[in-house]
Amino acid sequence: MDKIEIDAKELHYTPLNQQIRKAVHEGAKEITIRNIMGQRFIADGLKGGVSLFLHGVAGGDLGMFMSGPDITLYGNADHAPGNTMDAGTIAIHGSAGDAVAHSMRGGKVFVRDTIGYRGGIHMKQYLDKRPVLVIGGSARSFLGEYMAGGLILVLRRTPDAMNDERGIGSGIHGGEIFIRGKIDNNCVGVGTKKDPCSGDEIARIIPLIHEFAEKFGVDPAPFLKSEYTRISPASARPFANKYTWE
Amino acid sequence: MSIGTVPLKFRVTIDNKQCMACARCVENCSYGVFRMENGVVRVSPRHCVACHRCLAMCPRDAISIEERPVDYRSHPLWTTDVKEAIFNQARTGKIIVGGMGNALPYPVIFDRLVLDACQVTNPSIDPLREPMELRTYLGKKPSHLDLLTKINGDVELISTLVPNLKLETPIMIGHMSYGAISLNAQTSLAKAVNEIGTFMGTGEGGLHESLYPYQGNMIVQVASGRFGVDINYLERGAAIEIKIGQGAKPGIGGHLPGEKVNREVSVTRMIPEGSDAISPAPHHDIYSIEDLKQLVRGLKEATEWKKPVFVKIAAVHNSAAIAAGIARSSADAIVIDGFRGGTGAAPRVFRDHVGIPVEAAIASVDAKLRQQGIRNEVSIIASGGIRESADVAKIIALGADAVYIGTAALIALGCRVCGTCNRGVCAWGIATQRPDLVKRLDPETGSKQVANLIHGWTDELAELMGAAGINSIESLRGNRDRLRSYMLDEALMTVLDVKSVGA
Ligand code: SF4
Ligand code: SF4
Repeated sequence: MDKIEIDAKELHYTPLNQQIRKAVHEGAKEITIRNIMGQRFIADGLKGGVSLFLHGVAGGDLGMFMSGPDITLYGNADHAPGNTMDAGTIAIHGSAGDAVAHSMRGGKVFVRDTIGYRGGIHMKQYLDKRPVLVIGGSARSFLGEYMAGGLILVLRRTPDAMNDERGIGSGIHGGEIFIRGKIDNNCVGVGTKKDPCSGDEIARIIPLIHEFAEKFGVDPAPFLKSEYTRISPASARPFANKYTWE
Repeated sequence: MSIGTVPLKFRVTIDNKQCMACARCVENCSYGVFRMENGVVRVSPRHCVACHRCLAMCPRDAISIEERPVDYRSHPLWTTDVKEAIFNQARTGKIIVGGMGNALPYPVIFDRLVLDACQVTNPSIDPLREPMELRTYLGKKPSHLDLLTKINGDVELISTLVPNLKLETPIMIGHMSYGAISLNAQTSLAKAVNEIGTFMGTGEGGLHESLYPYQGNMIVQVASGRFGVDINYLERGAAIEIKIGQGAKPGIGGHLPGEKVNREVSVTRMIPEGSDAISPAPHHDIYSIEDLKQLVRGLKEATEWKKPVFVKIAAVHNSAAIAAGIARSSADAIVIDGFRGGTGAAPRVFRDHVGIPVEAAIASVDAKLRQQGIRNEVSIIASGGIRESADVAKIIALGADAVYIGTAALIALGCRVCGTCNRGVCAWGIATQRPDLVKRLDPETGSKQVANLIHGWTDELAELMGAAGINSIESLRGNRDRLRSYMLDEALMTVLDVKSVGA
């Protein structure tokens, strides 16, 4: 059985995850789950090459510790989808709460609309594992705080969104944040460097723009034509000069 | 420079009548104290940290080390340490960082508590003759059991029990990460806990592949940096520990400098070689007890509810109230790390001034959980400054289920508590990643020494219990009647809930 349907109505998250794991174990390639009503931890720690199609509103920590699966969520997600995720993809047709992609170490998270505070906080990279977070709308303050690796791209469909957000990239010591358009100096956090994007750098985000446009069925043209601001670490060792030995 | 040179910390002298110029001290000192000049050993005593590697290796007992050979004018307030910290900061303007635990001479509560023994009226038990039960189970215990009596008289257990960790002794080894200590040090500890039938923590550094054979005795840690954490790591551990805080530096994060992140360390931490590993002060997905519950459950859900989840906090003023929240978070055990806990590097001001002693914290946490009727929901693990078996007995009598030892296990590997772990050139091969130094620590010998230590303590614990007429660790737990305070003030006696000697 390649395709499985699960009805999540009035189902607690543990039995829901048990059904998902069982289906994956039995070789399912596509799992559709309907009537999701805020169940947390969906696909938590799930491994393998399965695709999940979720209908409804997902609770916190969607795809936490996940390693491999491909999730499409038709609806909004609560906080921290992609928390400490290792590999795979999450595409959210809607908005998501705070700490999206918290400590994510690999894979990709796409959010069509907006996300809350601390998005991409402490994302990190290692060898070929390079996590990516793409946001179609805007993000609240402290985007990419403590970021240690990976890439965040904010397409800012409404160009003046995020004008009042603060602390973008504060404490960043690896990775890069791309934001469409210009960002005020007051908006970026300590330890950051803010520059207009160069051609090489734009080349890194073009495939992601296409992937975003394809996933959500939008026209990539306006994003491809735009200018971007790149926020990166002022130093790879932000705390190196703070301490003296006893 | 206006401050000039400060007095020597240690004077190193070589007795030339004894010295045979074998140069072992030159080879062994990783701090650069010794050098050979024209067949004679010369010293630069200013580099000495008193790690005693040279003393231990000198075949002729030719080396002597004297602490503080030059005195400042003594003063009760403006002590040497205070003055030198001021000199340091006047020069640098920076935060002072040091290794190992709290360095201030606060009174030790353990040393103001005495244990009981039987005389005449209730006989003591001879552990050689009678079985002594030291086996300890960590994790949730059911508040009641549902049983079904069948028609044929058989009784069946209906309640589902949650997984517990089974320890052959209430002594475990706390979290010291690969990166902070060497792989040979971790391997020594891992072999020892495996042999004894107890557990050790991985620290926030992931689990090195070569330790997979011992994973059944490893508690994997999830800290705010989430270094080395993936589903593979979580599934390998016997239990998972969320580190919220650490006794040596409550309230602040951790920071492994890039120099210590070599290729191997970078593999287990899953970060690029040479990059700083920065753990933020809080977990940024935990801003409340409700969020903590979310992470506890997230970890359990990821590992299909098969593993106990521990939560470690630093012992602070309101530990008891925090613990009561943790006990309701689905966690299986709470680790309370006292202010004497060791560490590779901590800001001096935190190490010496923030947090409370583990004795007081354990007693108040145990009391609070009992008052609220939820003591069975979690086990309590005490850590930070456990030096000997008597401390283990005392802290269990104050309410702990088990202890983590850290520094004591390192001392069993040769550590002299020189307090310079942060320098990364530990001459004993413990707190270093330099291959030539790491090689000095043989995991076979090391593990025997650590296993011997735990074995010795466990036997002493059995003797202490037997003398008190107790044959099971369960009957010692929280049994404050077997403790008396000697010269503690009344307020502290109330907190600990112990009587005075003679009472
Ligand atoms: S190890 Fe001892 S005997 Fe050998 S050179 Fe050094 S001081 Fe002399
Ligand atoms: S482990 Fe740390 S305190 Fe112990 S000997 Fe090595 S450097 Fe010194």
